[in-house]
Amino acid sequence: MRNRRPPAASHAGFAPVSSPDPGETPRPTLLELFGGFTRIAAFAFGGVLPWARFVLVERRKWLTADEFTDMLALCQLLPGPNIVNMSVAIGGRFRGPAGAVVSVLGLMMLPTAIVLCLGAFYARFADVPAVGNALTAMGAAAAGLVIAMAAKIGEPVLRRRFLSAAPFVLATFVAVAILRLPLWPVILALAPLAIAAAWRLR
Amino acid sequence: MSGPVLATLGWRFLVMAFLAIGGANAVVPEMHRQVVEVERWMSSGEFAALFALSNAAPGPNVLIVTLVGWHVAGVAGALVATAAMIVPTGLLTYGVFAFWTRLREVPWSRPVQNGLAALTIGLVAASGFLLARAADTGWVTTAITVVTALVSYRTRLNPLWAFAVAAAIGAAGLT
Repeated sequence: MRNRRPPAASHAGFAPVSSPDPGETPRPTLLELFGGFTRIAAFAFGGVLPWARFVLVERRKWLTADEFTDMLALCQLLPGPNIVNMSVAIGGRFRGPAGAVVSVLGLMMLPTAIVLCLGAFYARFADVPAVGNALTAMGAAAAGLVIAMAAKIGEPVLRRRFLSAAPFVLATFVAVAILRLPLWPVILALAPLAIAAAWRLR
Repeated sequence: MSGPVLATLGWRFLVMAFLAIGGANAVVPEMHRQVVEVERWMSSGEFAALFALSNAAPGPNVLIVTLVGWHVAGVAGALVATAAMIVPTGLLTYGVFAFWTRLREVPWSRPVQNGLAALTIGLVAASGFLLARAADTGWVTTAITVVTALVSYRTRLNPLWAFAVAAAIGAAGLT
């Protein structure tokens, strides 16, 4: 099992040049896992992943760059929020089930408390015109950020494999945004076709 | 808050979690459909406001689920919705990582990843489209969406700036 394996083995041949002691990266304790993920969550605005990569790979050196990429690839294939799955995988790898639990708690506790305070503030002052208008405008900005995110993740994919990707990007968009179909039949219908197309047009 | 509402919340977000390929932003359209159109727990505008709040807080973007749960059923709703969204899929992740560590050597992992990426792009674009429709009530808000999208796409500016500027424009009553 991956999480029972001594970390030294998994670093063999992968340790970054800058690492002072390749192959001997210390195994983080439960408290360090909790603190590490709290820190990742506390400073992550508008997408946790780039910041998480910086902290995990470059600052704390819990993972090599390749390990991070491999873990992220698998987490993106699995259902559920990617960064939550990453914290499960990393915590579990170093400290088993307890490690996974404290990593998720570290990731979620502070942001949950903050967002509930913001929600309470909103509920209390939503009737004040200035607050309501500010929130509406922030909603417009948030929509822009999501559109930019779609463009950022879409551009490299469409550039590299337009033929196998573009029809499915379009079909998914139309089905979900225009036709307002429920998500599960859309995914069940389109995912096998999109995977087959990616397979054939490699 | 009543048990049936909590059960509905939990069940709906549990199912949604298993459809979340490519992160929480990919299920925003489905969330909007269920929360606004099917259950009528809130208006489209309220959904957009909660989404903005969840983005203005630090942390993973799954926090939109926390706020939706909170809006529907208070703190208990927030905890139930968040747990439903992360615990079952987290258990699945744990199991997969415990037994399957050689992703790179599986021949079909690349096509599966590439195929699903196309769906994720479509879903995130749909999220942006629906959020813009919910939030853009006039030309000023539309301009905020367009400018934010362009700046965020072209630069690495911290998104908090976009929220700060937008909030100032809104609070000044310019929308």
